[in-house]
Order: sequence, then structure tokens, then C-alpha cells
Amino acid sequence: MLNYTIRRLILAVPTLLFIALTIFLLLELAPGDPVAHMPLTIPPEVRELMRKALGLGEPVHIRFWKWLVQFFWVEPQVFIDWLTTKSAIAGILPDTQFYVSCAGGDLATCDARILSWQFRSPVMDIVLQRLPQTLWVVGTAYLVAIVIAIPVGVYSAYRQYSWFDNAGTFITMVGFSVPPFFSGVLVIVIFSVQLGWFPSIYDTTHRVTDWDSFVFQLRQMVMPVMVLALQITSQISRFMRASMLDNLNQDYVRTARAKGMTEPTVVLVHVLRNSMIPVVTVIALGIPSIFGGAIITEQVFKVNGIGEMLIKAIEANDIPTVQTLTFIFAVLIVVFNLIADLLYGILDPRIRYD
Amino acid sequence: MTEPAAPSAETLAPELATRPPRSQWRDVWDQFKKHRGALVGAVIFVSIFAAVFVGPLFYPHDAQYVPTGRDFIRLRDMRPVYVLLWDPGAKADWSHPLGTDNIGRDALARMMMGGQVSLTVGLAAMALSLLLGTFIGVLAGYFRRLDGPLMRLTDLFLALPLLPLLLVAVLLFREPLKAAFGVEGGIFVLIVTLVGITSWMQTARIVRGDVLALKEREFVLAARSIGTPSRRIVLRHILPNVLSPIMVSATLGIATAIITESALSFLGFGFPPDFPTWGRLLNDSVDRMTLYPERVLWPGLAISITVLAVNYIGDGLRDALDPRIRGR
Repeated sequence: MLNYTIRRLILAVPTLLFIALTIFLLLELAPGDPVAHMPLTIPPEVRELMRKALGLGEPVHIRFWKWLVQFFWVEPQVFIDWLTTKSAIAGILPDTQFYVSCAGGDLATCDARILSWQFRSPVMDIVLQRLPQTLWVVGTAYLVAIVIAIPVGVYSAYRQYSWFDNAGTFITMVGFSVPPFFSGVLVIVIFSVQLGWFPSIYDTTHRVTDWDSFVFQLRQMVMPVMVLALQITSQISRFMRASMLDNLNQDYVRTARAKGMTEPTVVLVHVLRNSMIPVVTVIALGIPSIFGGAIITEQVFKVNGIGEMLIKAIEANDIPTVQTLTFIFAVLIVVFNLIADLLYGILDPRIRYD
Repeated sequence: MTEPAAPSAETLAPELATRPPRSQWRDVWDQFKKHRGALVGAVIFVSIFAAVFVGPLFYPHDAQYVPTGRDFIRLRDMRPVYVLLWDPGAKADWSHPLGTDNIGRDALARMMMGGQVSLTVGLAAMALSLLLGTFIGVLAGYFRRLDGPLMRLTDLFLALPLLPLLLVAVLLFREPLKAAFGVEGGIFVLIVTLVGITSWMQTARIVRGDVLALKEREFVLAARSIGTPSRRIVLRHILPNVLSPIMVSATLGIATAIITESALSFLGFGFPPDFPTWGRLLNDSVDRMTLYPERVLWPGLAISITVLAVNYIGDGLRDALDPRIRGR
């Protein structure tokens, strides 16, 4: 197992490098010139200096290497410094000072961090500002979806072809088929415009201080969470049902019943535990795709999260931000793929990675 | 052993002759008919297809016609006729059953034109992704030397964050393709290509798995022993046998392609604003959905129902093509 983990971790390195290169080269083709919209009165030599200040004007391989160093060496240092000095989690640790922005000279020209072209500030700082909104909405949706999907899947399989199962199948099919940009708009029209129950725009500046503001936070989260959860629930409950059906006909279930165990024990202890194995890996595999799917939901409800940041960066031709965000998504996918495979090995003793 | 068997077969012959010979596809169709959801789905999909492609021939209004002068004021922002049921004073007329948009273009005509684009994109992208997926899957499954590299490539594609990359790629290649194929043609080629090359991975994996199992079977060995070249073994003996998983992923591919195209159009990265597709129509109407909810509702319903129908067809096909389920 340990061997396998190490081998997979080593294999992940070329995968990530290849993805980084793909993203980098794709953006290298971008037609926009970041200094093209500047006034024409700027003399060409100044313009060239400005391009240099943005990190352009060097050969491709050098810029790729610089970006890799920035992403894998400089930013982690900054992150550790931030963790030990400012954050609440690791704040008790002694303060560290790994990253020193400049060996003298002004900050604007020799800051080694990845700078966003549209904000002129480090991309990672903006990501950290945006992340809580995305995690709140997406994370809650994921939890809600799992809590709904597992009982639904279990009961559908246990009473296969009952009216509950048929209704469940239809609803999961609808959940697959209705795209979030329609279901989102639909719930806004129904619950926000016609009934006026929930606000249609997610207010990210809202702070929870007392009961009333907490209720407001809940109300504004209901609709985006509902839309996201519908999609995720349909996927997970389908898997849960299929996996339960596979297990319900196995010999060990008959043995358990023959031993005189009660039906709840048989289904909820014996069958459920075995059926959860593939479902857990599906849940792990779904986490990164949720960040991708949240791009549309965030756009519909105007959630000021990572997906919205990506869309804005693409529209503004802000290449460092697009590069970094896309690569973060790729890292998430690779990491959760690895986690899913390892979980499978841990949970199912029949699987041996040797 | 064979001696006694021969006459018994002959005695059975008249009995067998009363039953017409059945082909495999006939069995598949019989099983498909039993899946009620799939049958309804197929009927709905075919009707949407017909309505969208045949409808404009009989419908008097042109999707791109913008009225001018007094007609512009008279014809713009009309409501669908059913609004008259609860609001008799509404501006609605039977000549425009689904109303008109804010510059007076007929909504139903635009829905049909948008449907043509969405369905064509869906079918074309599905065809491309199937072609790629089958090609890579067969190569990886049949030729052992190519298996490793091709499957690593598939894994790499699966690890790419697709939606962000699609958005970036649309932005990058829109201008050059516009110059080469015209405004609409360029975006069409772009979206079909992008959706095609980002959705072949599942097909490739399934096809590879099936080919790996098939190539160890006796009939492939027999074909090889009489000197059949690899190309013909693949085309004659292997491809027909992996047809069923390919057909299932084809239906699911249409669904993903339609949704991806609409999502791109919805985010503003798809077809140009004047050019209707279902996603584009939805996106254009979101700003005024409090006043005109029907403009959001109809395109959205069209996308959802089409995708739902296609998904049900896929479900039914999967059951029908699985010989273990068929005949039960």
C-alpha cells in the first residue's frame, strides 16, 4: 500500500507538469497584448519596459520555469508565513519569515509572487479572499446532497421498482438533465421573483454576527445550495442504488438473514457498509468537478467565488490569474483521484495494489 | 454424437419454419420497446427534431426578421398567447404564438432556429467524440504497444479541468476561425471541435476494455490464423462487436454536447449575440426575466426535455443491448 502510494505520488509529478505545460502553452497563444490598450503616446521603449515589468519579453521556456518556481516554491513559502502569522488554525506556531519579497529596491519590480494583471496584487491573495464564499456554498451543497442521496439510494434499491424507486429514478434523471443555468434561473423566478422568499443575489459582504444575520445567511444560501445539491444528489443516489442492488443478492446477505438477524441490521449494517465502498470513491472523485460545476452556479447567483473570479479573469485577459486558477483545478483533480484510489484500497480488503 | 442430432433437427424444421427468423437488432428493438421511459424519450426526441427542422418550412415568420417603423412598436415585446388566459389585456396575438422579443423578432421562429443549431452541434460533437474515442480505444486495446501511452493520454485528459480550458480555448481561437469560416461557421467548428476533443475519454476506456476481452476470443484467433491483416480484423470482427457500448455512449454524448454548448453560450463564450441557440436565448433573456419569464422558460425547457429524452433513450439502449437483461 505504501509502495503504491509512493509510486502514484511520483507518477503525479509528470502528470501535473504536463498539465501545467498544456495550460501554459495554450495561454501562450493568447492573442491579446496586455499593454495594447495603453495610450498610443507611450513611446515604444517605455512600452517594452512595461511588458518586461509584467514578466513578458523573455523566451517561453524561461517564463514557464519562472511560473513553476513561483507556483511551487514562492507561493508555498508565502502560504506558510500566512498560516503561522495571521491564520487562526496554525497561529500558535512560532511566526516564520520564509519569504522575503525583495533584497532592497521597490516592491513593484522585484516581487517574485504571481501577480494578477488586472488587480496588480498577488493572485493567491485574491484566491484566499474568494475561497470562503465558494467553499461555503459548494461545501454545504455537497454535504446536503450526500445526506439526501444515501438514504434515497438505499431505499430505492431495497424496494426496487416500487413507486418510490420509479419516482426517485425520474427525479435523478431530471437532476442529470436540467442544466444548472436553467434550474438556477428557474428557482430565482419562482422563489425570488414570484414568491419573494429568498434573495436572488448572494451577498458576499454579509457578516454573521447575531441570530438575524445568521437567518439571512441561511436564506441566501438556500437557492444556490438547492441547485447544486440537485445535481450531486442525482449522481450519488444512482451510484448508491446500483451498488446496493449488486450487494443485496449476494450470499452473505442470505447468510445474515438465515442467522436470524433483523432486517434493519442486515440492510443497514451488512449491505450498506459494503455498498458504501464504491460510493465513497465516487464522492471523493466528485469534489474537484464540483469546483468546475460551481462556475455556472456562481455566475447565476452572483456568488463572488473562485468560478466568478476565473470568468472575470478570462474576460479581462488576465493570463497569470487564469493560469494559476486552472492549474489549481487540475491539482485538485489529480489529488482527489489519488485519494479515491487509495480509499478504495483501504476500504475494500479484496483490492491489493502490489 | 452428431448422427442422432441431425434427424432431430430435421423433425424440428417445420416447427421452426413457422417462426420467422429473428435478427439481433429485432431482439434489441423488442427489448427497447419494453422500456417505457426510453420509448417515450425516443418519441419526444424525434418530435423535437422534426419540429425544429421541419417546422420552419411551415411557419410564416423569419427568425432574424426585425420589423421597422410603426411595426417595430406594434410587434415588439409581445407575450405568448396563453398569457391571455389570466391577463385579457396582455399584448398577445395568435400570429405570434410564443410572443416576440424586445426588438420584435418572433420567439417561436427563434426557438426553432436555435434548436437547429443546438441539435446540430450536439450531433456533430457526439460524432467527433465517438470517432476519436473509438479510434483510441481500439488502438489501445488491440495493439499492446500503444496501450500504455494511449491510456496515460486518456488519464491526462481526464485530469484536465475541462470547463475552464474550454472557456480559455474559445477565447483564443475565436478570431482566427472567424476569419477562416465566417462568424457563425467559425464558432460552430470551434465548439464542435472543442466539445469533441474533450469528451472522448469515457468512450475510449469502455471500447478498450471490450476490445481487450474480444481479441482473446477464438474467432479473432481464427481470423488471424488465416492471415487476415490487423486492419481488417479490427474493421470486420472487432468493431461490430463493440457497437453496443459505442451506441450507448453516443446517446450520452449528445446530451453532454448539448449541455456544454448551452453552458458556453450561457456564459457568453458561445455563438454571437444575434445568433440564436437555446443557451444563447436563455442567456439573453435572463436580464428581463421578471417581466418576461416565458423567454427564459421555453429555451430552458427545450434544453432540459431534449437532454432528458436522450438520457432515457440511453438508459433503454443500455438495457436493450445487454444480452443478459434482454429476453427477461
